[in-house]
Amino acid sequence: MKTDPANSTDIHSESFLHLLMRRQLKLSIVCAATFIVALFCLPLLNFYAPELMATRVGGFTLTWLILGVLFFPYVWVISYTFIKRSIALEDSEVRKVEAAKKNGRSGEAGR
Amino acid sequence: MNALAEAFAGHPGLLAAVDPWILSFSSVTVIVTILMGFWAAKKSKTASDFFVAGRGVSVGWNSAAISGEYLSAASFMGVAGMVMSSGYDALWYPVCYACGYLFLLLFIAGPLRRFGAYTIPDFAEGRYDSPVFRKIAVLFVLCICFFYTMPQMKGAGVTLSYIFPGLPYWVGVALVGAIITLNVALGGMKGITLVQAFQFWIKLFAISVPVFVLMAVYGSYGKQLAVNGIPQTPGAAIELSSSVSGAASEVHRLALPEKAPKDDLWMAPFGPLTTKAAKASHLSAEDTRSYALLYTYSLIIALVCGTAGLPHILVRFYTNPDGVSAKKTTMWVMILIGVFYVFPPVLGVMGRNLLPELYNGVGSKGTDKVVLELPRILNEKVPYLGSILSGITCAGAFAAFMSTFSGLLVSMTGALAHDVYGRILRPNSTAQDRMRMFKWCAILIGGVAVLLGSCVEKLEINFMVGQAFAIAASSYFPLLFMSVWWRGMTLKGAAAGMLTGGVLAVVAISLTSFSTLAAGNDGMAKVFSVFKPLGAFWTAHPLVRILCEQPALWAVPLAIITMIVVSKLTSKDIPKDIHMKMLVLHAPEKLGLKQEYIQEHEGAGH
Repeated sequence: MKTDPANSTDIHSESFLHLLMRRQLKLSIVCAATFIVALFCLPLLNFYAPELMATRVGGFTLTWLILGVLFFPYVWVISYTFIKRSIALEDSEVRKVEAAKKNGRSGEAGR
Repeated sequence: MNALAEAFAGHPGLLAAVDPWILSFSSVTVIVTILMGFWAAKKSKTASDFFVAGRGVSVGWNSAAISGEYLSAASFMGVAGMVMSSGYDALWYPVCYACGYLFLLLFIAGPLRRFGAYTIPDFAEGRYDSPVFRKIAVLFVLCICFFYTMPQMKGAGVTLSYIFPGLPYWVGVALVGAIITLNVALGGMKGITLVQAFQFWIKLFAISVPVFVLMAVYGSYGKQLAVNGIPQTPGAAIELSSSVSGAASEVHRLALPEKAPKDDLWMAPFGPLTTKAAKASHLSAEDTRSYALLYTYSLIIALVCGTAGLPHILVRFYTNPDGVSAKKTTMWVMILIGVFYVFPPVLGVMGRNLLPELYNGVGSKGTDKVVLELPRILNEKVPYLGSILSGITCAGAFAAFMSTFSGLLVSMTGALAHDVYGRILRPNSTAQDRMRMFKWCAILIGGVAVLLGSCVEKLEINFMVGQAFAIAASSYFPLLFMSVWWRGMTLKGAAAGMLTGGVLAVVAISLTSFSTLAAGNDGMAKVFSVFKPLGAFWTAHPLVRILCEQPALWAVPLAIITMIVVSKLTSKDIPKDIHMKMLVLHAPEKLGLKQEYIQEHEGAGH
């Protein structure tokens, strides 16, 4: 089990886990931030710019249109991006580990 | 059944007032649901089939089933009712119900699935190697689910008293409760995956078709909204129709009763829902708005975080074959429910313009039934069309509360039979014993749910679901989020945080609901009369009232901080194999770590 701590392709090493969790968390947080900014700004806009948000757009008020209709596709885009990226991230981890295993084995055989 | 017979005997005109179309559509839905349950019961033989559907459900089926289970009476009836009664502010509910899934997807769904366990108590036990923690987690499963069943039961009571005018509210609750309990006791979860998926499509059909027909006849979503905020004088109405559509078609609107909120309040943010507490204390307009902003944020936090902590939804993620399909399932769930949630507010808006008399009703006769009754006005234009569409929405409502109540019942029964009985009371019981217990637990819990449901006629369906979300947000969400992403969490930290947040949220929420039930002079007010003095306290302290009604704003951070502080204090108790646990939670499944983890555990004599 004891391995070189700098070797981030050994899946049991501390650095592999650390790196993996950091990459995953970074992706999740970026996506969450995109979502939260919109979600938390809307009440603020309602609070500070009520006239603007009450502008009529095809019968809707602007804020009603955003919240009642446009918010859903916005979230779909975020979740689609997240899923694509996170699947890609997993695949790249798997490839890295497998490549390292192969190199390790061929290295041993060559010795 | 006797009660139903008595109710019919006591009101000879009752059956005559029943619309045959509505009755037949609803009956067909109920009968098909039950038949599917029995059919599936025959196919599920083993105990693990019973608990999580054999773990092999495809993405399409599973996402429709999750959506079907998630879209409860609150989504189907409550959202429209609340948009009608409170206007813009109620829109936060459908949006956050749908978007809360994003949080689940981003932070929790993948890791939890990789860890692999049947239920949240399983996860709690596995992550902290503690059977004690399992007991605490089970307690919260039951608590959150009971809060969530109450609005479903109200939905049942409202629908049945709409179909059979004059039928007492509680009879409807008892009847539907009995039918579903029987179905769950006989069918288990395999049946429910199929039935839930099927019911999602019923619900989507039942809400969208009436909306499209009503819009075609009475004017589109935008036009219906456009008449709100325009003074109700004939001259203004003509001006409006020319400015909005430019055509001769004019949106027809009935006069609002006294009790209805005025247009400007209804249409704009910070309306009746979020300003209620501040208005009751006669605060200045500026203070009222600030408090309403606070209320809005607390509501958002509760709904978004609460979705990620709902036990009956999380258990579904274990029915995916792997982590990638768990993510794909979440994506599809978000699309399916997002599409659904556009429709109920449309009915709420139309209800305000076309069926304003509902503002005068209370309890089961109030705005919560707008979805059921609104399509019926089409009878004026085309004979029978209104009744048929109203029958369809009633069928959808049945699908809504039946599917969610079944899902909750399975979660609660699973917790009782699988965890309390199978693991705590009698660890040596055979699979057959547990199956038999499953049935008895279902009956016990169904009975309690009916009792609770009979008490809450006065509370809005949607509001009650929001409360259940707030409790989930303050207990399970911090537990899951922190356990997955922070390796420094200890058992004591997790338990302390979850209990602090969860218990305080339950107390705060119960106090506000009890005082609402205590107001007035009906029978229920007498039962809760102990809480009457609270009303005066709330008036004196509107901020406290808001923070108790919507506790997520303080309860979620409090739970997380408690977790961090207690974990730091007890940091020597961090599980020894935490590294391996985190690896199983986060490493891609293709690396096969789960297998290694299990072998290590078995080797260590677990």
